[in-house]
Amino acid sequence: MEILTEMRWSPYAVGIGIGILSWFSFLISRKPIACSTTFAKTSGMIEKLFRGKKVELKPYYQKVKLAVDWQWMLVVGIVIGSLISALMSGDFHWQWVPSIWASAFGSDPTLRVIVALVGGVCIGFGARWSGGCTSGHGISGALQLAVSSWISAFCFFIGGIVMAHIIFKIIG
Amino acid sequence: MQTKNSEIKPKNDRSPLLWGLAFGIVFGFLLQKGGATKYDVIIGQLLLTDFTVLKIMLSAVLTGMIGIYAMKTLGWVELYPKYGSVGKNIIGGLIFGIGFAVLGYCPGTIAGAIGNGYLDALVGGLAGILIVAGLFAALYPRLNQGILSKGDFGDVTLPRLFKVNDWVFVVPMAVLIFLLLYWLERAGL
Repeated sequence: MEILTEMRWSPYAVGIGIGILSWFSFLISRKPIACSTTFAKTSGMIEKLFRGKKVELKPYYQKVKLAVDWQWMLVVGIVIGSLISALMSGDFHWQWVPSIWASAFGSDPTLRVIVALVGGVCIGFGARWSGGCTSGHGISGALQLAVSSWISAFCFFIGGIVMAHIIFKIIG
Repeated sequence: MQTKNSEIKPKNDRSPLLWGLAFGIVFGFLLQKGGATKYDVIIGQLLLTDFTVLKIMLSAVLTGMIGIYAMKTLGWVELYPKYGSVGKNIIGGLIFGIGFAVLGYCPGTIAGAIGNGYLDALVGGLAGILIVAGLFAALYPRLNQGILSKGDFGDVTLPRLFKVNDWVFVVPMAVLIFLLLYWLERAGL
């Protein structure tokens, strides 16, 4: 069981594990592993707390039902699974500013949080626009050879690589 | 309650949710062990200095694709490809990519990053993703009639698009991914 307390596994072991996990999610739950719709759902659920049932009438929330579902539980599971892994290997720590960010832009948490917020807005909008994320399109969609997912995944990385170079080679 | 599918009996209602939680725990555990919950690893990938993320994704796609197409051939599973269009996947994908680099996490790994204790993910990133989802829901009717349906190609997979047997694509794709991973290792990346 020593392997469970190791800090890092080979990316291939992790990838093969995720691939096998996807077999079981298709077989048992009849669903591909995906995450981003859960955030849209949660956002609608929070809005519903403040503005009442009329929120459910928006066309988008007719499509994405405002109720806890399989994928919502999956995302909660990711938080728990990551926490278990990090605690077992001693890799858990509270951190405001990641080190690559700090080496280019300093260790001020306020700046990092504001930029993360802007990044969250952008990635959240892009995920809704393209209909998926790195797991839904990038892994589950790609492994089904879905045309929409291969196009999306290429664009995720093209946009990401260009923007990361702008941030760290031009600005930073 | 969540589904209109009458085949699912009410007594099974809890089980799909618990399976979702179980799959999530394993997924989160694996992402953390792979380092994919870390900003530095994701930004390293986008700066092309650390290929961990691509290695994880490609080996997951390789393993998953072979198993799922084998089970499909046996009639055990069906596929759920997403609907797509040029306006949806290219523009949405590029917006996502810009956010990917600015945030340094993605919607799945941000959940893992929160479990790992990363507060920029929780306080900044998660808040941003939740705020904008409401904006998207408000804009959705207009976007859906306009840009999202430009160049619609439906929910096709590569084998169905070219009307060939699944394995005509699965086998070469598997070889291609394997060679790409082999080349990454040979190049010392």
